[in-house]
Amino acid sequence: MTDTRRRLVLAGHGMAGQRLLEAVTDRAPGAWRITVLAEEPRPAYDRVHLTSWFSGTTAEDLSLWPAGFAAEHDIDLRLDDPVTAVDRAARTVTTRSGHTVAYDALVLATGSRPFVPPVPGHDTPGCFVYRTIEDLEAIRDRAAHTGVGTVVGGGLLGLEAAGALREMGLHTHVVEFAPRLMAVQVDEGGGAALRRRIEELGVVVHTGVGGQAVGAGADGTVDSLTLSDGRTLATGMVVFSAGVRPRDELARSCGLPVGERGGIVVDTRCRTADPHIWAVGECAQAADGRVHGLVAPAYAMAEAAAEDITGGDGAFTGYEAATKLKLLGVDVASFGDAHGTGDGALEVLYSNTRAGVYKKLVVAPDGRLLGGVLVGDAAAYDLLRPLAAAGTPPATPPEQLVLPTPEGGAAGPVTLPDEAVVCSCHNVTKGAVRAAVSEGGCADVAAVKRCTRAGTGCGSCVRMLTTLVDDELAAGGAPVTKGLCEHFAHTRAELFEIVRVKNVTTFSRLIDEHGSGGEGCDVCKPVVGSILATLNPRLGNSVHILDGEQAALQDTNDHFLANLQRNGSYSVVPRVPGGEITPEGLITIGEIARDFGLYTKITGGQRIDLFGATVDQLPLIWRRLVDAGFESGHAYGKALRTVKSCVGQTWCRYGVQDSVALAIELELRYRGLRSPHKVKAAVSGCARECAEARSKDFGVIATSAGWNLYVGGNGGMTPRHADLLLTDADHATLLRTIDRFLMFYVRTADRLERTAPWIERMEGGLEHLRAVVVDDALGICDELDALMARHTETYEDEWRATLEDPERLRRFVSFANAPGTPDPTVRFLPERGQIRPAREHEAVAAR
Amino acid sequence: MTGPLVEIAPGTGGDWRAVCAYHDLLPGRGAAVLVDGHQIALFRDRGGAVYAVGNRDPFSGAHVISRGILGSRGTAPVVVSPMYKQAFDLRTGACLDEPAAPGGEPAALPVWRVRLTPAASACAGDVAPPNGGAHRPETARS
Ligand SMILES: Cc1cc2nc3c(=O)[nH]c(=O)nc-3n(C[C@H](O)[C@H](O)[C@H](O)COP(=O)(O)OP(=O)(O)OC[C@H]3O[C@@H](n4cnc5c(N)ncnc54)[C@H](O)[C@@H]3O)c2cc1C
Ligand code: SF4
Repeated sequence: MTDTRRRLVLAGHGMAGQRLLEAVTDRAPGAWRITVLAEEPRPAYDRVHLTSWFSGTTAEDLSLWPAGFAAEHDIDLRLDDPVTAVDRAARTVTTRSGHTVAYDALVLATGSRPFVPPVPGHDTPGCFVYRTIEDLEAIRDRAAHTGVGTVVGGGLLGLEAAGALREMGLHTHVVEFAPRLMAVQVDEGGGAALRRRIEELGVVVHTGVGGQAVGAGADGTVDSLTLSDGRTLATGMVVFSAGVRPRDELARSCGLPVGERGGIVVDTRCRTADPHIWAVGECAQAADGRVHGLVAPAYAMAEAAAEDITGGDGAFTGYEAATKLKLLGVDVASFGDAHGTGDGALEVLYSNTRAGVYKKLVVAPDGRLLGGVLVGDAAAYDLLRPLAAAGTPPATPPEQLVLPTPEGGAAGPVTLPDEAVVCSCHNVTKGAVRAAVSEGGCADVAAVKRCTRAGTGCGSCVRMLTTLVDDELAAGGAPVTKGLCEHFAHTRAELFEIVRVKNVTTFSRLIDEHGSGGEGCDVCKPVVGSILATLNPRLGNSVHILDGEQAALQDTNDHFLANLQRNGSYSVVPRVPGGEITPEGLITIGEIARDFGLYTKITGGQRIDLFGATVDQLPLIWRRLVDAGFESGHAYGKALRTVKSCVGQTWCRYGVQDSVALAIELELRYRGLRSPHKVKAAVSGCARECAEARSKDFGVIATSAGWNLYVGGNGGMTPRHADLLLTDADHATLLRTIDRFLMFYVRTADRLERTAPWIERMEGGLEHLRAVVVDDALGICDELDALMARHTETYEDEWRATLEDPERLRRFVSFANAPGTPDPTVRFLPERGQIRPAREHEAVAAR
Repeated sequence: MTGPLVEIAPGTGGDWRAVCAYHDLLPGRGAAVLVDGHQIALFRDRGGAVYAVGNRDPFSGAHVISRGILGSRGTAPVVVSPMYKQAFDLRTGACLDEPAAPGGEPAALPVWRVRLTPAASACAGDVAPPNGGAHRPETARS
């Protein structure tokens, strides 16, 4: 039987080529007999994440060629056999091995080749490009034999390559001809901030100079690079990353038109001048006259061509470039018209040179966002890029999004129009994500990813995706559980009542009897841990949060009674009630910090934070602190942190009450109280408010007649002033009211809900709160008072109690099978006379 | 303390190594062990099953996975990194929240195979985890 299928030949099996195969077989299964002629020795792989190969991602991990794909679609994939000629009249192609393959449709997806400047010595052994897995293998082999590497080209790819060399422990230079790094994407100010960030990674940056000549040593391999300003860098390898050129040679030799600067000319359907030949990806010059060097437009072109080939009508008209650097630790993003070249474009600038943060937005006179550059802090990128693509003035002025609190409350993806592209790798709009939830039945982010592909490209949109999916679930008809998590259909407040009323003493019982059973998760476990911590005295449980089953419920900070820092070390904060400390106390803390080599910093809560302790050191440090009379500051817990104070009447000329004494009393009264979120407080000695009490969960300000109590304030991301609850209260009334306020909060607030949103959420707001805690409208004040009394009676210092119990101490080892061996990856380097965490590559070099 | 020993071997094959006593592991929590310079995080769930994955958190580069909270997501046993809270499937090491870490490296943790063997002084009957749990530790993908 003869095969009646039409013949599709694909030249080039890269990212665009594979996307084309998927689209064609998806739209017209079985309609085409497909032959793929590939130059590389392996099927298509994820070139975008190529660099991750250096950190252990295998070629198999990167592969885009699903097992069984060839068999399912009867695709003849011939590796290592590139097309060498096209005969348009005969409609055949010839391959390097001499085979001839006939086609009805030919798609050229040959990508581009790295441009190597023709400097003398550019082909010396030790010179590389950065495009394929084979290139990386060669670079890695060379890196094992040299200590210095130089990247020529300071663009996106060049910096990625430099980061990789640095990670391999090489001393690394970047040489860039333009006056700044990433000249295409970022402007001058952004370039300067970026340079600072890159230099912090330990990469030496040379801008405004080119590579002039590569020098070779006695063994004939690279040993230097001479720059255009006459300097010579000693280097064992040179990686050229000076741009790419479209691989349009097949088209040229068969007479198809190519663009002035290269690239096979195609129309919006990605057809070349020959109706039987298409070109997609980086080898093509798209209908907008440009050659696009990113995967998103390459995919879009593959889709358009597949549509056309299978009889549909897709189109690729152009693409607004947007970039986010994938270099570890450096936030840089640019999108849209980043240089403000459009008519009448205005600039909004935020720049903080000291912090290495630079943000610029380009705005049209009518308020539309045209583009921007973010360096040092690209948190707003997710939101800004779709706004720029949307073409209508955004509801939130974009400048609000780049001010120092980028996530500042109000503005979320809610403000985006439905047409806004959320995932630019796969061109998924906000509307499509919403539809996947409301109509497609996707109930979580993972399902939306599978269904829309959003978030599966570079991954930078996943955070926003999560918010969108949650919003849509909440807004839609989908049954929205206000439950904590998949294990409990209850809120924190409901669980608190269950535990309290039914005397449930353990998590196991609670989840087995009132939840889903099973293991629980990182949401419900700490919540239940916190509820038990409050109710333990009443339940007759041990009050120590590390005892019995409770140990398994605690977040890592509570579990080690210290605060986890970015390199896996911990910080230690002894309590300094009211911020009052004796010279002896200061000296003791100083000595301990010095003896253990800790970094010290004064906190905003008027105490001293000691950083850089390993898990093994924590009990040793606390032994000394406890012996000197210090106790846990609970900086690690969702608990009362500090009661800050001003110096007050005793010293201050204006003070009208002793604010320090009251702050100490309050801090000792509420220390150790576990709560839905952290609780901060302050006391000021007069209306001048030097302790900033109104920015706290509860704040007390002295009056000549007594104390004013304010509640529900906070600093942080959404600052809010506290509201007045009591005026001119006496000491007893003040304490009683704060007791009730705190216990009512602990009992009824949601997980991670500060007092401000808790009060705002309350029906009746502040007035209702006043009715409950001042007028006892609910008749629960006796109970609240009793709970607080139990708390103060049973309080014990968690650290002292831990040191007394060998069972509790057993967890403070880095390795269960090697107690006494500290984690070798926790490393420090000196900075400004103290230590700082070594970054991962620095640690490697130091080892 | 007597009782079973926890033995692990690389997911890709290799020798079994005893790393600690089963009773050293707190139900519902993790612990790290050091084997030939590799840091491995061990977890024992409420049902008694033991899992072993790499201790390095790909999102932060810090070796802290063992200090994460153990939990379940759907049918998957997971550990949630204490650093930036991504969940990892303990059976496969796959990250359930993000496909790739910031550097572009894949977000997965390497998985080690786990088995329990009786300590010299214990009898063979100790092999199955307590709580009547099925012998689930052999969950690694190769
Ligand atoms: C290190 C690196 C990082 C990157 N990071 C990003 C990023 O963060 N974001 C982004 O959007 N893009 C990024 N890119 C760019 C992205 O990889 C490309 O845009 C994308 O791969 C283009 O797909 P393509 O199919 O056009 O070309 P390619 O993927 O290069 O595929 C072309 C294929 O055709 C083969 N070929 C060439 N000539 C022939 C012939 N005559 N016969 C047969 N086969 C032939 C080539 O060998 C190659 O396998 C990055 C690229 C690199 C190298
Ligand atoms: S708040 Fe009043 S009492 Fe306190 S320091 Fe300021 S001026 Fe003095």
